[in-house]
Amino acid sequence: MTTTATPANTAAVPAGASRTKVLQRQGAAVALALVVAVSWLVFPRFGSLDNLRDLALQGAFLAVIALGMTFVIITGGIDLSVGSVYALGGVLAAWGSQHGFLVALLLPLVVCGLIGLVNGLLIARTNMAPFIVTLASLLFARGLLLVITDEGATTYQIPPDSAFVELGRGTVFGFGYPIFVAAVLCLLGGVVLNRTSFGQNVFATGGAEQSAVLMGVPIARTKVLVYTTSGTLAGLAGALTAAYLQSGVTVIGVGLELDAIAVVVIGGTLLTGGMGTVLGTVIGVGLIKVIQNVINQIGTLDSNYQSVVSGVFLLIVVVLQRILRR
Amino acid sequence: MPTDTPTGPVIEVAGVTKTFAGVRALGDVDFTLARGEIHALVGENGAGKSTLIKVLTGIHTPDAGRVTRNGRISTIYQEVNLVPLMSVSANLFLGREPRSRFGLIDRARRDADAAELLRGYGITADVRSPLGTLAVGEQQMVALARAVEADADVVIMDEPTSSLEPREVETLLGVVRTLHEAGIAIIYVSHRMDELYRICDTVTVLRDGRNVHSGPLRDLPRIELVSLMLGRSVKEIESHGTTAFGESHHADAQPVLEARNLSSKPRINGVSVSIRPGEVVGLAGLLGSGRTETAKAIIGALPIDGGTVVVAGAPVARGVKAATRAGISMLAEDRKTEGIIPNLSVRENIVLAALPRLSRFGVVSRAKQDRIVGTFVKRLRIKVSSPEQKVSELSGGNQQKVLLARWLCTEPKILLLDEPTRGIDVGAKAEVQALIDELAREGLAVLLISSELDELLDGADRLVVLRDGTVAGELEGDRLTREHVLEAIAAEVTDDAESH
Repeated sequence: MTTTATPANTAAVPAGASRTKVLQRQGAAVALALVVAVSWLVFPRFGSLDNLRDLALQGAFLAVIALGMTFVIITGGIDLSVGSVYALGGVLAAWGSQHGFLVALLLPLVVCGLIGLVNGLLIARTNMAPFIVTLASLLFARGLLLVITDEGATTYQIPPDSAFVELGRGTVFGFGYPIFVAAVLCLLGGVVLNRTSFGQNVFATGGAEQSAVLMGVPIARTKVLVYTTSGTLAGLAGALTAAYLQSGVTVIGVGLELDAIAVVVIGGTLLTGGMGTVLGTVIGVGLIKVIQNVINQIGTLDSNYQSVVSGVFLLIVVVLQRILRR
Repeated sequence: MPTDTPTGPVIEVAGVTKTFAGVRALGDVDFTLARGEIHALVGENGAGKSTLIKVLTGIHTPDAGRVTRNGRISTIYQEVNLVPLMSVSANLFLGREPRSRFGLIDRARRDADAAELLRGYGITADVRSPLGTLAVGEQQMVALARAVEADADVVIMDEPTSSLEPREVETLLGVVRTLHEAGIAIIYVSHRMDELYRICDTVTVLRDGRNVHSGPLRDLPRIELVSLMLGRSVKEIESHGTTAFGESHHADAQPVLEARNLSSKPRINGVSVSIRPGEVVGLAGLLGSGRTETAKAIIGALPIDGGTVVVAGAPVARGVKAATRAGISMLAEDRKTEGIIPNLSVRENIVLAALPRLSRFGVVSRAKQDRIVGTFVKRLRIKVSSPEQKVSELSGGNQQKVLLARWLCTEPKILLLDEPTRGIDVGAKAEVQALIDELAREGLAVLLISSELDELLDGADRLVVLRDGTVAGELEGDRLTREHVLEAIAAEVTDDAESH
């Protein structure tokens, strides 16, 4: 990254602002391009169509969750419940698939959306810390999942001939449906964030809540909406995963909320709120997934190195954000 | 904008009473705002101005009385209430963005509209850049533009100029006049007499929650206005003056503090200041001229790339800790973010800085604390119900005194005061000024930073004038006049000097 010299006449303006912007817009993208280029050269299998398809599909599930998290974090909040809600969504979809496609799809969306709604209402109306509220619903959702599945003993299978399976396993040119779902949602999310009043309210809420109140921004409604969206999207990701795996796996999603937070922050969204992009989040997802993919390809490396590398990346981004905001 | 010209007042308040937890904030207040007038609302802090504004805007519901509004009200506040991370244009149009097809926000038009609109307010900055990158004065102007463009019939301005440069004040007053010509009524809250007399038609004076005077401003002599606000007789004020500073101080010959060639580029560049015991040295200059930075460099809170700080002949190591140990204390400009800890009690706030000195093996003697706190509460005349009262419940003036007490109980030799009277009311201001005077008389070396020239001219024995991070002049004795200071400040921007 090159830093351009600040002209003398703008010395009063914090020089970090423009640099931060450049870094946030392009920092993660540059890193992604580098990692992809190196992987392409070093690992012959990386560039194969099969691998890229797999990569995109793996990224799609995380992207759907991270999209909701992006909105939440821009409002200055956090949603720790998405990992559990994701798992719950999967189990509900698998259970619901016995009653047909619609139940399989809508049941997780409604239940997970409700959990998000309750999160949002508690956070917006009682002014409780999002950290605590969503920590509680993390436990709640995981508990509910264990109740439904007899403490995980029952795994609901999705009938292979069910139309619902198609949602997870169907492909266009070999690219799975979930990829397209995620792409459409992210596109939509970007438009909502930047081109609607709701999006502006999201930025204002996280940027300066007290000022936003005085500017007439409906803070409470905005918060309720972002947490509801986050819960619903986590449920959808769970449903898609269940359709892909053809069963409601009970043990997935543990710690997934932290992955989601990590990719959002790596993508340049400020953890303190008020600034962020959906594109950044998508790039963050890409970066993490490519690194995981490469570590898997090395084969000799323990897969736990994935977390090590993700952690290092996150740290670098957060430190850079901090430095550039001075 | 008013299409036809309806007659009658835009706002009419009759017999409004508002009580908070048994304390009466407003008692039987009448207030009338005529269409298109500029109405000054004055009074000491705690007189009920904010409460009245909140009743007018509907944030508070009065316990008794009637409020009639015949128009849309917009309010701009002392602190810029916008979102720094969002773009200028997004801030300006938040909540009423221009739309394109599908009801989406038309960003191109929003930016173009914003740029054109702000040009009328003298702002030429890129409207797509984050608001936070603009100077405070420009931000205030954006807030004003936003308030006005909301098709308001009434604009309430709460201390709009408290953070503005003289030049920016002129622009703002110009905008106020334009609004006035457009038929918009304005309620103007300010402690600055000059501004009030320049633009306001009528005045309402609140004291202790009551309307003690309403009438044309021009007919009211300044001294009488002040006496109405304070509830003291004109005679009493005449004999004491408007600032509470006394005669110049007798200072020793040897400086206790010598800051030599302090540099922290690009903010300050080779600033030297020396203060003798018992002397008040004023630091004058525009916002951004490096006043605060100089003080911060002296106390070691700002990394420097050159220069030394010498206290009583011995160089001080870098860092706040070393400076504090050497006897330097600083009262920061921003009470809220750099000083007061709102949820702690008055006692806890006061003893905070002195804790290391008061504790033995890490244990702090409560009796010792109470004794010190008691002394300072009495000496600084801090109005508290008990030392255990939460500091956030105090008025701005009393909070400032608590901070002053905090640093005084570390027994400093040198006190750096950054805007000690900003945002506090006339009465408390006088008390703080008198205190500064008293402290200097007792032998403390004081560095006084203030945007109010009167305060510097009356309070300081010597003035160091900064411009663009360098010393533009040092004034003393006969040369300690408004003209000389403005001359030094505005070497090239002479057109600023005409603002009185």
